[in-house]
Amino acid sequence: MTRTRFHQGLDDLKQKLLAMGGMAERAVERAVQGFQTRDLNICEIVLRDEANINAIEREVDELAIDLLAMQQPMAVDLRFIIACIKINSDLERVGDQAVNIAERVMDMAGHGRAELNIDLPRMASLTINMVRDALNSFLTADADLASSVLERDDLVDNMNREIFEAADFAMTHHVETHRDALDTLIIARNLERVADHATNIAEDVIFWVRGADVRHHAQS
Amino acid sequence: MGTEIHVESLKAWFGDKQALNDIALDIPDKHTTAIIGPSGCGKSTFVRCLNRMHETLPDTRVQGKVVIGDLDIYGKGVSAVTVRRRVGMVFQKPNPFTTMSIYDNVAAGLKLNGYGSRRELDAIVEKSLRQAALWDEVKDDMKKKSGASLSGGQQQRLCIARALAVEPDVLLMDEPASALDPISTAKIEDLIFELQQQYTVVIVTHNMQQAARVAEFTAFFLMGNLVEFDKTEKMFTKPTDKRTEDYITGRFG
Repeated sequence: MTRTRFHQGLDDLKQKLLAMGGMAERAVERAVQGFQTRDLNICEIVLRDEANINAIEREVDELAIDLLAMQQPMAVDLRFIIACIKINSDLERVGDQAVNIAERVMDMAGHGRAELNIDLPRMASLTINMVRDALNSFLTADADLASSVLERDDLVDNMNREIFEAADFAMTHHVETHRDALDTLIIARNLERVADHATNIAEDVIFWVRGADVRHHAQS
Repeated sequence: MGTEIHVESLKAWFGDKQALNDIALDIPDKHTTAIIGPSGCGKSTFVRCLNRMHETLPDTRVQGKVVIGDLDIYGKGVSAVTVRRRVGMVFQKPNPFTTMSIYDNVAAGLKLNGYGSRRELDAIVEKSLRQAALWDEVKDDMKKKSGASLSGGQQQRLCIARALAVEPDVLLMDEPASALDPISTAKIEDLIFELQQQYTVVIVTHNMQQAARVAEFTAFFLMGNLVEFDKTEKMFTKPTDKRTEDYITGRFG
């Protein structure tokens, strides 16, 4: 093996991004836990930890730009670094969505609960699994696992639509709890966005591993 | 886009050692093709087979077919001189004729080929120096100053002008910028980019970024074999062969 320093740099980039992925995934998990238990302390932690995700986002970008400028990567290495830059930005957004969810949960505390016939925890768990599998596919360079993430995005989209209808119904018929329904709707919307970011990450893993552009349902 | 150089079953030896194994390749016309590969992979030998220079070294042998345009260069009765008029070559180290003026350096090939009229010579020398992006820098004293008085980068452009003066179809370049500073290198690269409008350029380079900058097509050689030939963009982002990927990403050895 030659170019030891370069390959060390690629390893560092991967480790940093995985650490960031872990933080973003944990933030979503905590925000969802906050929703389920209405525990505002957990929500506070999500808000506090966002700064750490933002800081590591900068570090990942700096490292990636250094490697591009100094090492002139080619082929699989070039694709890897490009994928890292894009995944980095998706993970930062995942952190933002977690904050949005936590803020809605905090808002809910002051209002009466709406009766919604929906399974938000199931949507949350599907979404978190998509993030986890997208990150695992990045860890192990597993394009098949990444493909399975893409297939699950429609499920989450459908659930988001169901929640929209349920919230619409609740807001029309139980005006007194409209705020809770609205917060729930926004939480669902944020989870749906998290699933989109997981999908983007999975697409970037496929690009890195197979050199194929599968975005917007394009076939490789 | 047609084929300028058709290579078929090309083999070359140094004594008992085979340097090229059965190379088959069609090099497109009016484009630049880069030849890359580690030292000793046969890339210089390959280009030297394209203008019959390999045979000038002692104890060497070539077998196979190379057709340039419509000229079968290893065909019966085809002389090396005829081939080299159609296939110019520029080397790693600029090699101007040091005792000759700049003008005579460019005119040397023409004089050998019997161009007589002064006017004709002047016109071709000017055209060649312009094509080599050297005219403005030397036009005032090109008959007084010797080729050796120029900087390394200028000398290399002089050698390119000398090669162009005989109006070849193909220009072979064996690491033409590896001995030059980045500015001279950039000038040579810009020049290659210009020249491919009119000529078929084949460039051997160790510098993959250079291949990426100047060549639309790239061929990767390894241990005397042609491993992969494709559009440069494809070779450098998504090569088909694992050996190409290992080489360009520095995972070799």
